[in-house]
Amino acid sequence: MKKLLAALLAGGLMIIPAAHAQDKEGEAASPSPQAAAPAPSESEVTSNVAGDEAAAEEGEHETPHYPLKRPAELAWTFAGPFGHWDLQQLQRGYKVYKEVCAACHSMELVAFRNLEALGYSEDQVKAIAGDYTVTDGPNGDGDMFERPAIPSDHFPSPFANPEAAAAANNGAAPPDLSLIAKARAVERGFPRFVFDTVTQYQEAGPDYIHALLTGYGQNPPPGTVIQPGTHFNPYFIGGPALAMPPPLSADAVTYDDGTPGTVDQYARDVSSFLMWAAEPHLVERKATGFVVMLYLLIFAALVYLVKKRVWANTPH
Amino acid sequence: MSGHSSYVPTNRFMRWVDARLPLPRLVYDSFVAFPVPRNLNYAYTFGGILSLMLGIQIVTGVVLAMHYSGNSALAFHSVEQIMRDVNWGWLMRYMHANGASFFFVAVYIHIFRGLYYGSYKAPREILWILGVVIFLLMMATAFMGYVLPWGQMSFWGATVITGFFTAFPIIGDPIQQLLLGGFAVDNATLNRFFSLHYLLPFMIAGVVILHIWALHVTGQTNPTGVEVKTKDDVVPFTPHATIKDGLGMVVFLLFYCWFVFYMPNFLGHPDNYIPANPLKTPAHIVPEWYFLPFYAMLRAITFNIGPIDSKLGGVLVMFGSIIVLFFLPWLDTSRVRSAVYRPIYRIFFWVLVVDTIFLGWLGSRPAEGIYPTLALIGTIYYFAHWLVILPVLGLVETPRKLPASIAEAVLGPNYASGTAAGAAPPSGSVSAPENR
Ligand code: HEC
Repeated sequence: MKKLLAALLAGGLMIIPAAHAQDKEGEAASPSPQAAAPAPSESEVTSNVAGDEAAAEEGEHETPHYPLKRPAELAWTFAGPFGHWDLQQLQRGYKVYKEVCAACHSMELVAFRNLEALGYSEDQVKAIAGDYTVTDGPNGDGDMFERPAIPSDHFPSPFANPEAAAAANNGAAPPDLSLIAKARAVERGFPRFVFDTVTQYQEAGPDYIHALLTGYGQNPPPGTVIQPGTHFNPYFIGGPALAMPPPLSADAVTYDDGTPGTVDQYARDVSSFLMWAAEPHLVERKATGFVVMLYLLIFAALVYLVKKRVWANTPH
Repeated sequence: MSGHSSYVPTNRFMRWVDARLPLPRLVYDSFVAFPVPRNLNYAYTFGGILSLMLGIQIVTGVVLAMHYSGNSALAFHSVEQIMRDVNWGWLMRYMHANGASFFFVAVYIHIFRGLYYGSYKAPREILWILGVVIFLLMMATAFMGYVLPWGQMSFWGATVITGFFTAFPIIGDPIQQLLLGGFAVDNATLNRFFSLHYLLPFMIAGVVILHIWALHVTGQTNPTGVEVKTKDDVVPFTPHATIKDGLGMVVFLLFYCWFVFYMPNFLGHPDNYIPANPLKTPAHIVPEWYFLPFYAMLRAITFNIGPIDSKLGGVLVMFGSIIVLFFLPWLDTSRVRSAVYRPIYRIFFWVLVVDTIFLGWLGSRPAEGIYPTLALIGTIYYFAHWLVILPVLGLVETPRKLPASIAEAVLGPNYASGTAAGAAPPSGSVSAPENR
């Protein structure tokens, strides 16, 4: 529900207050997407009304653009053409996910066997999987049954379904985290996006997650309406506040490798881990890319020389 | 160019084939002996690059289709399975997704090259029209392809774009329902889009063959716009054009691979990594970048014009922006082809380029504040270029003096005096230029 409210208020360079936009678009040409959608569920209807009110109010003043603050650009080991994973960091990030985020967020696309990529041995992965219980079946008697997970199982979700997840979280279902590092990006705007094609900036996702996780506890600008049950966070892309309470606190997770347990460190580690979860072949991709680029460069040089030779006696 | 064939089978087997199905002869005449103007620049390599991109799209697409499920409950996960579990699946998918974008990069350069050098003028009208048909087919294919991953932008983009058709009175709703296979974007829509997305590239390939056929009948234009007159104006396709096109392709692939391997999601929208949800409208629905100028024109019409309401007006303007290209050969009244010899047209050409980019930028902006007004100005200019500037300019502009022939333009004025082969080329090589 907060999500929809947020959507209706959303701004930022890439996003516009949907209420306004939909009116305009409805007039202009496209059918109002809202009208085309099947009837929203009850909770969404309520939030919709709230959203419209808020949007109407907003219309009077400056349109707010979200997020209120842009995420800082951090240095990630997986950035750039020679990006690589820091396996220690991924393991720490996994620990943060497992001990904190997994209470609310699912990660359906990732299987236990994938964790071997973090440097765990096959036996370790078996042991990790064995700590989880999954539902299987039906068995010969037609009954579903519970059993310990095996490496080929995917991470079980904390809630039975999105409705249950939303009900337990003030109406906003915590999104699945498997792809979140690719599903969020604060628009870069001109001319930054042009420079990005040269610098290969592709880390908007982890930058966003880190900023969000460390962005709580600030004072909202005067006049900001914070709905009950939501938490102000100037980095949230969908509005002034979100339903997720600050998930991290210092020393909440004990690292085995002695890395200090600060909120910033947790946020970095879990963001890296989520980048891996969203794009497990990222490093392989860049490494392949290097060989391909090298090959093409050499090939281009050779073709160029042949071309020069062919045209040498032909003015053109 | 059509005309007599210079193919000579080199052995008995080829003679035997040639007498029964002269396919080797066709290939030889089209891609070996085919004469091309000697003065073609790299802007002319984009035809070859486009063929390459079509090939890449078809090959990667066929492999992706082996792993993809065209069912609304499975589609999103099947794409993720390709990304995670299929061997080299991530490469196939990123090549295909970015390949679509680079296909459009190439086609836009190709089209603007045609505009600059007047490639649409007689006798190449049909060649040009076939090109516009290919462009339309590409747009339909790309749009349907973007729906297949069944993310948020897939779903809502499909909803918005099929919604355009409801703007037409009477026939609008039935057309939309036919496209959707129902009353809203759903599994039936996905199924038919997948089917058509697989079909259309082969239709493109078919029209490309016609396009190339027409090209080989009229011959290529060239930067002077002067038709080929003698043997001195041309060089054989192989090795000259083959190697030059080859170099163009490899350099183009370098740019393409930069995106495929290092920034594969730069041209996509993050929302498409969220599974489609009919209950949740994204805050801002934007099409893929290559549709943005047209999207801006669609939204530029915010007022009713007589019986035409703003919605229908926008749709007509958007379709009209491409339809007008079909008439271009007759809208441009100038007898001079190339912008090189049309000093005023050359300025308007670049203004059009800027206007199109400007519209593209506006297409990515929300339809609020000053933006719709700017879009309207950009749209008016866009149409004025075709409907006012081109017809009038051809009548009032004084073109620069054309060279007598391509060879003269390349080899210098002395060439025309008849001492063709002996005339020293302007710079560099001391040996005779042509007949080594
Ligand atoms: C108490 C439950 C809870 C915990 C624990 C939790 N989250 Fe969330 N999270 C939520 C809810 C609820 C939302 C939806 C917020 C909304 O849309 O208003 C959310 C949303 C998010 C989002 C998406 C924000 C957006 O842009 O839409 C991210 C990213 C996220 N959480 C990351 C994390 C990470 C990483 C952790 C672990 C460090 C974590 N969460 C722990 C409940 C939780």
